[in-house]
Amino acid sequence: MSEQQPSKAAPKPAAVMESQPWAGELPENLRTQFSEDVPETSQYAGQPYVVCKPDAAVAVLRYLKEREQFDALVDITAVDYPSREARFELIYIVYSHARNQRLRVKTSIGAASRPRTLTAVFTGANWLEREVYDMFGIVFDGHPGLHRILLPEEWTGFPLRKDSSILGMDQAWVKDNLGIESGQ
Amino acid sequence: MADTFLDAQELVLNMGPQHPSTHGVLRVILKLDGEKVLGTECVIGYLHRGVEKIAEHRTYAQFAPYVDRMDYISAVSNGLGYCLAVEKLLNAEAPPRARAVRVILTELNRIASHLLWLGTHALDIGAITPLFYTFREREEILAIFENYCGARLTTHAFRIGGLQYETYSGFEEQVKRFCDTFPAHVDEYETLLTGNPIWRDRLIGVGLLTAEQCKDYGVTGPVLRAAGVAWDLRKAQPYSGYEQYEFEVPTRSGGDTYDRYLVRIEEMRQSVRIIRQAVERIPEGAIMAKGMKVIKPPVGEAYVSIEAPKGELGYFIVSDGSIHPYRVRVRPPSFLNLQALEVMAKGSLVADVVAIIGTIDIVLGEVDR
Repeated sequence: MSEQQPSKAAPKPAAVMESQPWAGELPENLRTQFSEDVPETSQYAGQPYVVCKPDAAVAVLRYLKEREQFDALVDITAVDYPSREARFELIYIVYSHARNQRLRVKTSIGAASRPRTLTAVFTGANWLEREVYDMFGIVFDGHPGLHRILLPEEWTGFPLRKDSSILGMDQAWVKDNLGIESGQ
Repeated sequence: MADTFLDAQELVLNMGPQHPSTHGVLRVILKLDGEKVLGTECVIGYLHRGVEKIAEHRTYAQFAPYVDRMDYISAVSNGLGYCLAVEKLLNAEAPPRARAVRVILTELNRIASHLLWLGTHALDIGAITPLFYTFREREEILAIFENYCGARLTTHAFRIGGLQYETYSGFEEQVKRFCDTFPAHVDEYETLLTGNPIWRDRLIGVGLLTAEQCKDYGVTGPVLRAAGVAWDLRKAQPYSGYEQYEFEVPTRSGGDTYDRYLVRIEEMRQSVRIIRQAVERIPEGAIMAKGMKVIKPPVGEAYVSIEAPKGELGYFIVSDGSIHPYRVRVRPPSFLNLQALEVMAKGSLVADVVAIIGTIDIVLGEVDR
């Protein structure tokens, strides 16, 4: 159907999971330590998260590791919101064995900004940051060997960006290297 | 550098991607000084299918079968993690009966995964016999899966909100029969391997990884537990009713390949314990939560992880309130565990690299996604 039926009621707005304030000693400490660099400490569905300024991310994670016992790196990933001014949201997940608690550290960065690498704090950040670069094209400053990890080195485009079509893969690469026309 | 000698001749050797002991398409570039490994570099991505991108173009329910194709050795665990993550977003929970059946099938899958690991790991090291034994028992588990949902490997056994299928008649008996016979088979594997001098010589002291290194690299699962950290998500943050069952988290302190072998052997015994308790008292009742016709979570995000056979398998899902996930991130245990190969293999012998790749227990389908 190309035309909307006028008789139909307007679609219900999507439900929103409200973020709750996150109380406790740890968010308190983070706010006193970093003041305006950590503008938000909240939780979604019982899962705490911290929003920080891009330049403070590595310092916050180092503080969490060295002072608050968040000693294990769980994941680094990103989400693309093309309509936002700072289009990428970088998400670091760390875990504390002593507290049995997981924490997300989120920061919003623009397409042109180069966040500092986390490899100096957690060695395991190496491959995770390479994957973020591979999929989103986010360049980490100071990374020991930032090049593609899952896709071929000569591949063009960053597939997990929202403006990258699922069918619009690097057809030229496929033809040159695999000798086939893509069936897509 | 103390590792090199004046007459050292550095040799670069390419291992894989087509190599039987890399368990798939993993390419390892070895930098050698004679028999000694100076460094390794992994080249991965040969099996990349863009699972996370596909997810954004499917509905929540449509994406569920895709997760089975990541760690295809333990498809049931993958499915459980995904279902739990979406249920978290929906603020829903599977009914008790579904949770018990999920635990039984997931633990059976853990045993199947460990059996495949044990058989192929022993084969890599030169012990051909265990493979035939482990595949014999694995077959019994796959038969249970096949009876339950029709598939042996990529099972798609669970649905968001519970289960699609009731258990078949004779399910309990078949599972109990397996639990009765299986521990004796584990003893059998142990007579072949645990005290075997060749096995011990090849494994003890090989591929050392300390608890600190594990945490630094984000290594989880049996590899972490063999380094002395009694951390298992089934105990630390129980899900799907694991808190009701009695079991132990086996640990070892050495952090070498032999310890990882012993941890996995003991985990199989503990899984049998869990299955036995669960199958004795599967609650009656519904197998599907209410209101799962249209899966449309509220705007928000959640990270949910489970203890998969290989480590912490996490799903980070962002919802924009539509029927399609806005972003699905899979935190694959194999990917992070494989990264630690560089420290485990450094300074060892070429032959040990095969043992170390085997002991990490990777599945390239999950590393590359």
